[in-house]
Amino acid sequence: MQLVLTHARYQLLETIRIPIAIFGSAFFPAVAMLFFVVPFAGKDPVGATFATASMVTFSVMSANIFQYGVGVAEDRAQPWDPFTRTLPVGPAPRFAGRIGAGLVVTYLSLIPLVVIAATLTDAQITPGSFLLALGTVGVISVPFTLMGLSIGYALPSKAAIVVAQIVFFPLAFGGGLLSAPDQAPGFVETIAPFLPTRGAVELVWAAVGDYSVNPLSLVMLGVWVAALAGLAGWAYRRDEGRRFS
Amino acid sequence: MILAHAHRVSRRYGTVLALDEVDLDVRAGELVGLLGPNGAGKSTLINLLVGLRRPSSGRVELNGGDPRDPASRRQLGVTPQETGLPGTLRVGEVVDFVSAHYPDPIPRDELLDRFGLGAQVRRQCGGLSGGQKRRLAVALAFVGRPRLVVLDEPTTGLDVEARHALWDAIRAFHADGGTVLLSSHYLEEVEALAQRVVVIGKGRVLADDSVDAIRAVVGVRRVSLTVDAVPALPGVVRTEQVDGRTHLLTADADQLVRDLVASGVAFRNLEVRPTSLEEAFLAITTADAEPAPA
Repeated sequence: MQLVLTHARYQLLETIRIPIAIFGSAFFPAVAMLFFVVPFAGKDPVGATFATASMVTFSVMSANIFQYGVGVAEDRAQPWDPFTRTLPVGPAPRFAGRIGAGLVVTYLSLIPLVVIAATLTDAQITPGSFLLALGTVGVISVPFTLMGLSIGYALPSKAAIVVAQIVFFPLAFGGGLLSAPDQAPGFVETIAPFLPTRGAVELVWAAVGDYSVNPLSLVMLGVWVAALAGLAGWAYRRDEGRRFS
Repeated sequence: MILAHAHRVSRRYGTVLALDEVDLDVRAGELVGLLGPNGAGKSTLINLLVGLRRPSSGRVELNGGDPRDPASRRQLGVTPQETGLPGTLRVGEVVDFVSAHYPDPIPRDELLDRFGLGAQVRRQCGGLSGGQKRRLAVALAFVGRPRLVVLDEPTTGLDVEARHALWDAIRAFHADGGTVLLSSHYLEEVEALAQRVVVIGKGRVLADDSVDAIRAVVGVRRVSLTVDAVPALPGVVRTEQVDGRTHLLTADADQLVRDLVASGVAFRNLEVRPTSLEEAFLAITTADAEPAPA
């Protein structure tokens, strides 16, 4: 446990020494919020709240896929990473430390979204729901963290950047994050429950407003978590640093 | 007590055979030099022994267990060939981070002073000079009070003074009962530190013996002469032409001189000298890859 905190602390130290890294993961969702949510749904309390929740989910997804997918792949290319693998610890403290640090960065990247929602829209939330949403963000980070780790451990860094960019937009759109609840185009409504983004955003919608979660989405979210955990574990074990043929 | 053990270990990268059925034992208290040119397979062997890579076939053991099991690495300290310190972290932070993995680490200031880095505690690693980075990377191998230290070309890129300071630190560790496996392509370094040399070339162990024995076993001598045309003679492992002088490297200088006289060729200024370890080592690695008798 002590080691988990140590790994998390140094991971954060490295991130915080280059503050632009945190700024980056907060920027895109904040801009999307300003351009799309504020002008179109800003005056409708229910719509603005749900739209903010969607953007929060979007932000959690992109922050995690990128910081793990790209971050892990880049770390693996540095000689420091093989050195840490000669230390007498298994993968658990490093995995857990990285995830703890990632969660902190995820929460930090949500601050601009929440500030915009509170000041520029009519979005409404009770203190109880807000706390519930904070907890939900932790829960829905899990599948995207595992997805990022799978990408980061399985691929070299240049490939990881591309794959992260390729997966994140279809997941956002296909999961219905860019539409109001249950008002996405028909084909999106059909495929959405099978994507991890859908189960995730439904949990956040349910946390912030009057929305009942589709059981299929939740089951599929569980399936995704199990599958991605397996994939991330496999990718870590086969990792021997950089690979040349 | 064998601390590191490789038994008929091979490792392939795609179609390239980097290690070919290598055997190696490092016993407690030894200081073993792993010598070979670039690409000989030294780093691959080290990476297998410290658990960074898996052998394609054969068996590696560290403290009697699988090196990939963290428990086997509890008494191991490693300096990889490349110095990759996290640039944004401070020197003290890096030491603290590594220390956190061991039950009884050497106190930070004591360790940094021993490696001449006491004044750099607050510096970010990215701002250190190349030599300082290398010294820190070597220092990190000693943090956890290891029994076995594995150093992959520890003094690459260091100036003479820094190299000698590092050698002193390695000798002091060995004098206290520590075991060292160090790779190098500096022969001077292996001769200065090691008692036992393992020569690796083209993925195979060419020789494994004491520094003196390696010299004697290889027994390569340099026969130098001034001659217009060198006849083809048996037993010559290498021929060099430098400034009008011809240098012949051979394992049997006496026979070569007899053959030379018998050939009737006109030569002047004959000289026979023992070779440096470097020449011996070049001779056995560039000649065919038959293992020398040990």
